[in-house]
Amino acid sequence: MDIIGKTVSRKDAWEKVTGQAVYTGDKSESGMLYAEKVISPYGHALIKNMDLSKAKKIKGVKAIITGGNLPLTGEEIQDRYPIACEKVRYHGEVVALVVADTPKCARQAADLIRVVYEPLPVVNTPGQAFDPNAPLVHEQLEQYKKKSTVYPEPGTNIANRSKIRKGDITKGWEKSDVVIEKRFSFNPSDHVAMETRCALGRIEADGKVLITSSSQAPFMIKRLISEYFGIENGNVIVNTPLVGGGYGGKASIQLELLAYIASKAVGGRLVRVQNTREEDILTSPCHIGLEATIKLGCSQEGLLQAAEILYLWDGGAYSDKATSLSRAGAVDCTGPYHIDNVWCDSLCMYTNHPYASPYRGYAHSEVLFAFERTMDGLADKLRLDPLEFRHKNAIRPGDTTPTQVLLNKSNVGNLPECIDRLKTLMEWEKGQKIDLGHHKMKVKGISCVWKTSTIDTNAGSGVILTFNPDGSVNLLSGVVEIGTGTKTVLAQIVSEKLKMKFENVHVQIKVNTQNTPEHWKTVASRGTFMAGRAALQAVDDAIGQLKHLASCVLRAPVEDFEIGRERVYLRDDPSIGLSYKDLAYGYTYPNGNAIGGQIIGRGHYILRHLTYLNPETGAGKPGPEWTVGAQGVEVEFDTREYTYKITKAFSVIDAGKVLNPKMAEGQIMGAMSMGLAFGGRETFYFDDLGRVLNPQLRTYRPLRYGENPEYICEFVETPQIDAPYGSRGVGEHGLLGMPAALGNSLSLAAGVSLNQLPLLPELIWRKKEAANRGDSL
Amino acid sequence: MSEKKSKKVTIDMNINGEKVETDILAADLLLDVIRNNLGLTGAKPGCLNGDCGACTVIINQKPMKSCLTLAIEVGDKEITTIEGLLHSPVQKAFVDEFAFQCGYCTPGFILNSHALLMNDPNPNKEKITEWLSSNICRCTGYKEIENAIQAVMTKTHNKNDSD
Ligand code: FES
Ligand code: FES
Repeated sequence: MDIIGKTVSRKDAWEKVTGQAVYTGDKSESGMLYAEKVISPYGHALIKNMDLSKAKKIKGVKAIITGGNLPLTGEEIQDRYPIACEKVRYHGEVVALVVADTPKCARQAADLIRVVYEPLPVVNTPGQAFDPNAPLVHEQLEQYKKKSTVYPEPGTNIANRSKIRKGDITKGWEKSDVVIEKRFSFNPSDHVAMETRCALGRIEADGKVLITSSSQAPFMIKRLISEYFGIENGNVIVNTPLVGGGYGGKASIQLELLAYIASKAVGGRLVRVQNTREEDILTSPCHIGLEATIKLGCSQEGLLQAAEILYLWDGGAYSDKATSLSRAGAVDCTGPYHIDNVWCDSLCMYTNHPYASPYRGYAHSEVLFAFERTMDGLADKLRLDPLEFRHKNAIRPGDTTPTQVLLNKSNVGNLPECIDRLKTLMEWEKGQKIDLGHHKMKVKGISCVWKTSTIDTNAGSGVILTFNPDGSVNLLSGVVEIGTGTKTVLAQIVSEKLKMKFENVHVQIKVNTQNTPEHWKTVASRGTFMAGRAALQAVDDAIGQLKHLASCVLRAPVEDFEIGRERVYLRDDPSIGLSYKDLAYGYTYPNGNAIGGQIIGRGHYILRHLTYLNPETGAGKPGPEWTVGAQGVEVEFDTREYTYKITKAFSVIDAGKVLNPKMAEGQIMGAMSMGLAFGGRETFYFDDLGRVLNPQLRTYRPLRYGENPEYICEFVETPQIDAPYGSRGVGEHGLLGMPAALGNSLSLAAGVSLNQLPLLPELIWRKKEAANRGDSL
Repeated sequence: MSEKKSKKVTIDMNINGEKVETDILAADLLLDVIRNNLGLTGAKPGCLNGDCGACTVIINQKPMKSCLTLAIEVGDKEITTIEGLLHSPVQKAFVDEFAFQCGYCTPGFILNSHALLMNDPNPNKEKITEWLSSNICRCTGYKEIENAIQAVMTKTHNKNDSD
């Protein structure tokens, strides 16, 4: 292959290193207005009174919008007003919006709005939410409109219950000689994309709604604005320029609704709504928290027999994407192992916390932290090497998943091989724990990972290829460039299949829902698979047209033609042929006659054979394939101070086929870095009123330059047969096992079970102290 | 509340080798002035609190956070924004080494690295870390950025050797 599997530069490279790259917040127009938010300072409170009088007097204020008269919104359950009405349910919730000439003026007016609140009792953890006597976050749960595939339980704080009933759990326990049960928890945290969310809205005189947004889901914005506000679907047009990092956080629709509402309040003028960093952390959806109880049983020989699992997700104040996350957590509720008997209840709980959006890995790194920590505990009980134990139970073709999908050589990667490679890379035989002297030790921890994507069963993607007169081609796809380089990979796919130079494939980076074919959402590591399939079909379509035209001009049957070097030629006599350039805009004969027309290739792809899950057993096919991997970390631990340094992080992922090595490696490293920060330091600190105490980048600390470990990434290549060139999704997988591997290494180092995140030295110290006092952990 | 009439003042700026005149309020941040008045949107807001470095520009050879700088302070100083760099070795190295993904932090990182190498063509690891830890990149694992800087240093080295 010429270009597949090669490192080629990104199509968006030069604009990004020269400052020419345009993001939503870079757009400005004269006459643009600015919206600023008033947000709730409480986690749960009644809005008793709002005094707008002072704010209204500020010169330049065009409109002040408060709750009421707005539709309820939400992707699966419509439970959220875009601006709070009568009640606030989380710290940061929008209670009013001020639209003014300048951001300063809007801010000044917003600060003058006086709101009187009456604080209510706060639901501060999912466990507390589960208590039958807990205050209700939503009293009207029963009345909300919802999709048929979500199962809320009115009268409780349960927004969704997903059940997995595989095999016979009683039999599973009977066959188990060794049993372990553990509990885990961590608070919500944040994505911290460097670009804070931003949306622009305008309504034209003919009723067209124009939205520009830093979003991973422009087509979903179009669909939802149309649905919520009763606007004809085709009258909503969404633009998405480059997006400054998403990681799932920009797949939720929020500011776009405010931009529309604000524009409507000022007669359709262009309005910008942009988050400050603090608002981006508080007001906009965050990374979900979890409380988990995991009970595992296995035979004397170390074969897993039973898993009984309870997940209580901290979905926050509104269910938006959290119900779907709780479903994804059920779908892959165990680690990547063969277990015949699985019982799981995965509950999305309403709490008075910021609400959740997808986060890289879509509930998998969270589940894996709990599950893989339990696996280490069980290995320890069995006195088995943790890698060996995992190898023994590794999921393989012929096994079934928790939702009872039968796996084959194509729809699951090769986990045993990933484990073997990891073993070598980590020099496992040298020992898991090495004393370095001076109160220092080196420890290793591991985790296996897997993931399928639980996305809409009818999610689709389209690609259009239009030819230029010089024979080069333009690639149009609805995939959003959020940093993952997917459009570069699509260009590689087109270049390979069309046998065209990579430089001659021009990519439109921006998405405009009116002229770009839809790509469901740029999430779930599915861009390359779905858009890649569409691209292949579009190329076939174009090749068909090229050959057809050549067959007319050269008077030979279509089947006799081949393509190569940007030419269509006769297989048996390549000297007879025409270049793409001669055919791109139709063919013109020497006398001026012309036939054909611009070559336009069309392709689409829709995920196949996916089903809804059975509400009682969970049985069903949630996603097209499972990418697997084995990961580890090496940590230097100080046994006196409980501080540590992560020196190395390892990933062996079965990528199916690596399409662009350096870019794939970059995806894995970036994800590992994020996963280590999630595991090691990132969390929201809440007070008793449900307030987030650390909404700034100096109190909420992502990894900085120099705090990263050395990364060791390797790939296994077991092709997914129905994917472009066999490649599997890998955008999220580097993150998945990092918190678990870190937890496993530090638990081993400290000699105590560390079952909370983040793994700060203080947590280790507390656990040690408790253990020394003889408290139960 | 009484409305104070804030007065605009005209300042001269020396930016990317050009002299420009612009009207500002005394309280205007340099970041806002270069983005909104001059249309140079390469410098990005990421926190407006000095924490992320996305707004970094070079002022008199030193990387500075333009969200912590008032426009009125920079009068006669030389400012370089990302738009003022063209085909610099650092930019090339960022492309070759895939030292960016979403690109939002990139102008800040490039300017910071560029200033570092301007001040010290041969910084050691500690120094590089000290300088670059003022910026946050959420997409890459930082290794790629380190590689990019190393690549520039190696190149300058080789060039000097062969001279
Ligand atoms: S915007 Fe200036 S440091 Fe973040
Ligand atoms: S490239 Fe996205 S934050 Fe650095």
